[in-house]
Amino acid sequence: MENIIELKNVHKSFKGFDIKNFSIAVKKGFVTGFIGGNGVGKSTTIKMIMNLLQPDSGTVSVFGLNYKEHEKEIKQRIGFVYDENILYDHLSLNQMKDIVKHAYENWDDHLFNHYVELFDLPLKKKIKTFSKGMMMKASLTMALSHHAELIIMDEPTSGLDPIFRRELLEILHQLMQDGDKTIFFSTHITTDLDMIADYITFIHNGEHIFTKDLIEIEEEYAIVKGGLELLDREIEQEFLAVRKSNYGFEALTANKGRAEEVFGDMVIMEKPTLEDIMYYTKKGAEQHV
Amino acid sequence: MQIIISNSSKQHIYEQIYEQLKTSILSNELEAGQSLPSMRQLAKDLNVSLITTKRAYEELEKTGFIYSIVGKGSFVSEQNSEMVKEAKMKGIEEQLLTAIRNSKDIGISLTELKELLTILYREEE
Repeated sequence: MENIIELKNVHKSFKGFDIKNFSIAVKKGFVTGFIGGNGVGKSTTIKMIMNLLQPDSGTVSVFGLNYKEHEKEIKQRIGFVYDENILYDHLSLNQMKDIVKHAYENWDDHLFNHYVELFDLPLKKKIKTFSKGMMMKASLTMALSHHAELIIMDEPTSGLDPIFRRELLEILHQLMQDGDKTIFFSTHITTDLDMIADYITFIHNGEHIFTKDLIEIEEEYAIVKGGLELLDREIEQEFLAVRKSNYGFEALTANKGRAEEVFGDMVIMEKPTLEDIMYYTKKGAEQHV
Repeated sequence: MQIIISNSSKQHIYEQIYEQLKTSILSNELEAGQSLPSMRQLAKDLNVSLITTKRAYEELEKTGFIYSIVGKGSFVSEQNSEMVKEAKMKGIEEQLLTAIRNSKDIGISLTELKELLTILYREEE
């Protein structure tokens, strides 16, 4: 399978924060969700993928090309949606379009009008009068109007109401009908991912924890719940992290089959949400320090 | 054709899709040679990820219920009666197992259960 984005052994240091030996590969024709808590390196990673930041060491390639020689070509083929507003406040959407369209060889006014109509956006009102949802739709319209093969979004659903989030997912599903498109987006609203993401890339404290497909995650991970008498030091080692209360324990395992063998019917096993996995991984990292 | 997905089920979503398509094929609701929606279309319609429908189709292909032609899509295979019978047998076994477990829960003996089965079987004739 072809990789659209490849990061190899990327390092990037800031004051008090590092991206460490970070390698990922994003597959063509699929949706990859990029998850992690606040301040763990999601935006930094995306900025490196967009060449807005350069790694201290390691390589970044997009469409198999490097930025040094092919920046223009790469950027032509990406549609980028930021988490902050990058549109000019004092302009209307129409005026904004006239600026942006010249940057793209494949700009398509028909497509632009299609999205403007779909999203019910006003063309002549100043952008500063837009609500947060409208702003998002406007950014999306800009990103989708030049036949980009790769859509990269930084927290596209944050701050949006659930109805609009659903609508956005439908639009993404629609985009994916064309098998050549790839979507990579960061989020911490993990429920959005169940409905659209094929692969999940999980980052924590600047480190790549895993990239797995959604089915693998379901097959490997489980939440185990049971009485405290079942736990001892050795058994606790089997879990990524354990949360104990006076009434019992709850733990995350990355080896569901093994947990089934050990505990059988003595515990309740449940499908973890991505949130569970994020929570327990963070907790585990703290416990094992 | 109907596909209803439960998010609270213990079964993986791809298994639910697999089972329900299989049922439609076995009951001839989907006929041999009929084309199935593309994986991407089905993912969109069901609001699930592509990898989920892809896996369901792969499993259906592995078990011989459908076949795929590159560039054309997926189609329902000719069902041989042996396979249909086997699939049905498996279903019967599962249902009987449930009945057995329920019986044990409330202390019904094998003899009693057999009697019950005999009565019900005859009533249906």
